[in-house]
Parts: sequence; structure tokens; C-alpha cells
Amino acid sequence: MTAAALSALDVKNISLSFKGVKAISELSFRVEKGEICALIGPNGAGKSSLLNILNGVYAPDSGEFIFEGEPLRDIHPLEAARRGIGRCFQNNALFSGMSVIDNVIVGLSRHARASLIEEALGLPRARVQAREFRARALETLKLFDLERHAEVIVRALPYGVQKKVELARALVGGPRLLLLDEPLAGMNAEEKQEIAAIIARLNRDLKLTIILIEHDLGIVLKLADHVVVLDYGKKLADGPPDAIRDNPDVIAAYIGAPHGELAA
Amino acid sequence: MSAFLETLIGGLLAGTMYSLVAIGFVLIYKASGVFNYAQGSLLLFAALTFATLTDQGAPFIVALAVTIAALVVVAVAIERLLLRPLANRSPMTLFMATLGLSYIVEGTAQGVMGSQIRALDIGLEDRPIFLGDILISQFDLVAAGVAVVLVGALSLMFDRTRIGISLRAVADDTRAALSIGVDINHIWRIVWAVAGLVGLVAGLLWGSRQGVQFSLSLVVLKALPVLIIGGFTSIIGSIVGGLIVGAAEALAETYLGPLLGGGITPWFAYVLALIFLFIRPAGLFGERQIERV
Repeated sequence: MTAAALSALDVKNISLSFKGVKAISELSFRVEKGEICALIGPNGAGKSSLLNILNGVYAPDSGEFIFEGEPLRDIHPLEAARRGIGRCFQNNALFSGMSVIDNVIVGLSRHARASLIEEALGLPRARVQAREFRARALETLKLFDLERHAEVIVRALPYGVQKKVELARALVGGPRLLLLDEPLAGMNAEEKQEIAAIIARLNRDLKLTIILIEHDLGIVLKLADHVVVLDYGKKLADGPPDAIRDNPDVIAAYIGAPHGELAA
Repeated sequence: MSAFLETLIGGLLAGTMYSLVAIGFVLIYKASGVFNYAQGSLLLFAALTFATLTDQGAPFIVALAVTIAALVVVAVAIERLLLRPLANRSPMTLFMATLGLSYIVEGTAQGVMGSQIRALDIGLEDRPIFLGDILISQFDLVAAGVAVVLVGALSLMFDRTRIGISLRAVADDTRAALSIGVDINHIWRIVWAVAGLVGLVAGLLWGSRQGVQFSLSLVVLKALPVLIIGGFTSIIGSIVGGLIVGAAEALAETYLGPLLGGGITPWFAYVLALIFLFIRPAGLFGERQIERV
């Protein structure tokens, strides 16, 4: 058990199916503390489904995952958040009609202590908490160079900036594991570089364990410490980026990705 | 001209009474996308509880406090016994559940507290007063004042408090709110309790005007055109919709009534709502395409 306690996440024999169609079968792998683990594989390989299990949206048919030494199965998204599993969605899932800072403040929900009565009456504890939350949200926005956008309604910002807001929202609550579903999708090369640099910095400075789904192999192989390749819900390969790059099974599974691109 | 103004002002003030009823619907629709059929029953339950307590000799403040406590208990029970087991079901399923809920609330309330009509005295006399040479209902004036205070308090809660921010987050994207640690069940308890309180305010005002009995739950029918015109997702929409319906009813009764043989008030608001459905189905302040129920 000591080995399991060392890793941040231990996925054990997880299977998931939708109406008889297998999305994930018997998947096992480990994510060490403080590493960036990339999940790659063609569309429909089960990557997003796995993230949905880890943050409690889906319950696996069988298997479990061990997070910080505790075996978990069928947890509720709220419980996942409380245990310190943060999440960013494919296509931003921000509260688009709200300001940037309000979006980030919602990310602090699990730390709230003041009751509704205290809030409604503006009692001291609620006021102290409101000030504290605002300060913490602003501090997190600074990490992303977003503090000048604090009062802007999210909908008015470009997609790349919105992604940074979503990262800030996921980060402000102090997660120990961050799940990122295609954080670079839909961005131009410059934005991709910027977000990738931010992810690397969060990982380095905050010792944050990150699981990330990404299709851009060039960036994945540079960013990740560890790559897990999925195909049709099964694990095809699992190892450091260099080993993955040279794995013939991986190359074969990536139809449309010429060898030259993989080697780049 | 002063007759026209009098009709218009009287209509606008009466309209805020409709707004009060409509706001209860908006709160729950905003937070969960569900048209709460039981809002009228909650309103009846609140007014009935209050009237029963004052009949027993309880002072105003005590009756109010006990009724509020009862509404909070009901909200918690609804979340635990109805909403939580039905989490992730379609809005239509939830709508049907609120339909069943309305029978349970009405039946239980009348079973325990009786179904005879009760007078409700909240110390407001319905005596008209003169403002210049315009005659205005004092009661309607107070009702309008209450509506303004209520809307002010609700918007403070939505805009300023963390719980208000969470509430808007849940309304905007429930899945994302859940994933970043918002306790949705807690939010639902709050929303239903606040909708109950709004029902209490509306129930007291409507109840003291027409007595407290079963038919009080039917004032929600007056809220429907207000919601269609103002939009299901906007509190401001409820106010504007109520004003439009109230003013249009009063003006139509006065100026169209003689031409059509009178009796316009009961149906005019629905015709107005129908016209809005053709022109602007989401309502004046509605955010998204609403689902027809």
C-alpha cells in the first residue's frame, strides 16, 4: 500500500459502458504526485469519459480509483470538488453572464462558512468572508494577468482569455488534482503556447498534479511527464513521452498523424 | 385627461400585485428551469397558516415568524423528498412532480387548517385617497411599495452576496457549478424557501383583499400572462410584465369595455399574452427560448 499512497491517483480496472457500448474497459494506470499526465487517443477513445468518472459525473460499471490513498467509486461531483479534484471542460463552461471575478468567486464555494442568514443580514462573518474571497479571487486572477478584466462580463472576452478565466476558477479553490479537457482546442498557435506555458508554470510553482487531454501531440510531448494512450477504451501505451513517440502501436492508432509529426 | 391618468395609475398599481405572484415563479424557473406549478399552493399554504395563527390570537409578528419557519421547513422537505430523488431528470418530469406537489400541499393545508373562507386582516384599509385630483387605492399603493422593497431586497441578495453569486452560477450552468463545488441541494433549499417567502407576501396581500380560501391558489393564473410578457427568467420582467398587464386591463375595461359589453378584465391579459407569444416568445426580458408547458 505504501506505493499506492505515494501516487496522487491510482486508476484500477475501471470499466464503463453506455447502453451496452463499452466506453472504457479494464483501464488501469497511475499518476504520480506533481506530474503532468497526458491522455491521448482518437475521438471516442474514452478520454473524456474517464475524466467524468474522476470528477463524479459518471459512475464506473466496475473498478475504482484511489485518490490520495482513499479508494473511490461512484462519487458525486460535489464530493470530488470537496476532495480537491478540480476540472476544466472542453469548450468553456463559464457562467457567461457573470463578471470574471464572480466566476472565480464561485470556485471558492467549498470553502464558504458564513450561512445565508449571515449573508442576507451582512453580519461580520459574512462580510469578512466576502472580503477574503474577493482578495483570493483577485490574487488568482493576477497569476493569469487577468486582474484588469475582473469586472468584465465573461461573454465579452475572447475565447483564449475565457480559458484563462476557467483555469483561474478551477484553481482558486486550491485543488490538488486538476483535470483539463482539451484546454488548447480551438486556439491559434500563439494562444496555445501561452496556455501551455501557464499549465507548465502551475504544475511547477504550485506542485499541482494535472491530467490533461490534448490532441496537439507536439505540445503534449513537450508538456507532459507521462503519457497514457487510449484506443477504443483500452490502454494502448503508458510511459514517458520519448517512449510513446517511438511506440509503433501509437503511431498506427493515430490515423492521419504522419510519422513526421510524431517525431517532431 | 385626469380620468385617463386615474385609470392608468390604478391599473399600474394593481399590476404590481400580479408581479408579486410572478416573481415566485421566476426564482425557481431561473435556478432550475422548472415551471413550478405548486407556487399557487405555496401561496395558499402561507396565507392559510398566517390566517389560522392570527385567528388563534397570535400577534402579527409571531404569526409571521411561525409562517416563515413553516415555509423553510416545507422548502427543505421539497428539496429532500422531491428534487433530490429526481435530480438530472428532464424539466418536464420536474414540472409533473410540482403538479403532484400542489395537490399534496393544498390538500394537507386545507385538511389541517380547514377549507372555510377566512378574513385576513393585516391592518391595511382599502380606502381610496386623493393625490391631487386623482383617486388612488391606498391598498394598491402599499402593495406597490411592498413589491418595490421585495425586488430591491432580492436584487441585493442576487448581486451582493456569495450565495446570490452561486445562485446565478447554478442558473447559468448547473453542471459546471456542481463540478467546482457549489452545493446545488443547498441552493435549491434556499431558492424554494425564498420563493415561499415571496408567496407569503403575495398571499397576505391577495388574501386580505379577497379572503383566504382555496381559490387563492388560482391567482397564479394571473401570473401566467405576466410571465409570458416579462419573460420567465427575469425579476425585472415580472415587474414590467405586471405593470403592462395591470395597465392594459384597466384601460381596456374603461375604454374598450363599453364597446364590447364589459367583462373584459378576465380575459384581456391572456389575449395580450397571446400577441406577445407571436411577436416575442421569450418575453421582453427572457434570456432563452422557454419550454412550453
